[in-house]
Amino acid sequence: MARKLPEIATSSMADISFLLLTFFLLTSSIDTDLGLSRRLPPLPDDIPPPPVKQRNVFVVLVNAYDMLLVEGKPGNIKTLREDAKEFFLNPNNDPNLSERRKMETIEHIGPYERSKGVISLQNDRGTSYKTYIAVQNELTAAFNEMRDDLSIEKFGVKFDDLTNEDYRKAIQEAIPVAISEAEPKDIGGKD
Amino acid sequence: MSRFKKNEKKEVPGINTGSMSDIIFMFLFFFMVITTIREATLFVKINAPSATEVQKLERKNLVSYIYIGTPMRTQVYGTEPRIQLNDQFATVEDIAEFIEKERAARNENDRQFLTTSFKIDKDVKMGIVTDVKQELRKVGAFKINYSTKRGSVVD
Repeated sequence: MARKLPEIATSSMADISFLLLTFFLLTSSIDTDLGLSRRLPPLPDDIPPPPVKQRNVFVVLVNAYDMLLVEGKPGNIKTLREDAKEFFLNPNNDPNLSERRKMETIEHIGPYERSKGVISLQNDRGTSYKTYIAVQNELTAAFNEMRDDLSIEKFGVKFDDLTNEDYRKAIQEAIPVAISEAEPKDIGGKD
Repeated sequence: MSRFKKNEKKEVPGINTGSMSDIIFMFLFFFMVITTIREATLFVKINAPSATEVQKLERKNLVSYIYIGTPMRTQVYGTEPRIQLNDQFATVEDIAEFIEKERAARNENDRQFLTTSFKIDKDVKMGIVTDVKQELRKVGAFKINYSTKRGSVVD
């Protein structure tokens, strides 16, 4: 007759797994990496950049005291998004805001007049990183909102919810993210 | 009525702890899946700025991190913002070598997707950030990501 095996004590297993759990809690961080993605331009070469008309450039300057100058006027971070959107969309064909290209047919969207506008962003070496990110964020938000509007108009869903890759490409073609960063200046002098 | 008579001998049964380990293991696996192991020990204080238009950073294994912030041990390293690469302080000149090393550690097909993530304190001045960006442009690491928290930009 087989002898009955003694039971293995499992109560300490909980302790061991608790130990492991605490170890992982301490060594890991939950933060998923979030951020603003950008693509740096290649180093300038000898080829001069294509000429851009003054009215097609939306100039944003940030000085060492974190103050904004938008299109030659003191700007506010709260209105920057709306200003940028108005500059690109130019609903009233204001001669001071961006021009439109000739009517083109973009696949899936149909005839569309793309804006010729470009945002030129320049900051000082003394500008704080926080303000820089705030400005970048507002400008990105302006593009995202314009894309959303167009996407809802054409496809009925927001740009982020578009699953069809061709549709996404079409929207990206119609509204490219045109942010150009000028070489920074050192005027504030408090690096 | 004997039928409803209480059983006098009955004791309070011991709580069965056998399944406790299963529950804890479940917790453990949950945490292991949703978290990431810290990449480096931070020597600099980083309080990331907030932004609303954030995107998730895809493919974590193709990301190299550059930390910039005020050193934690200010009595030793001063209060000037410093750059940290991997586990040590670095200067702007070290960036090129760092990127080369990061590239060499990756599969050849994946090198073009290598992203540099900036983890920078919000009070750092743009001067040092610009220098790092110029250095990255020189070595051709164009894909960058400004690491931020999710939140309103205006406080």
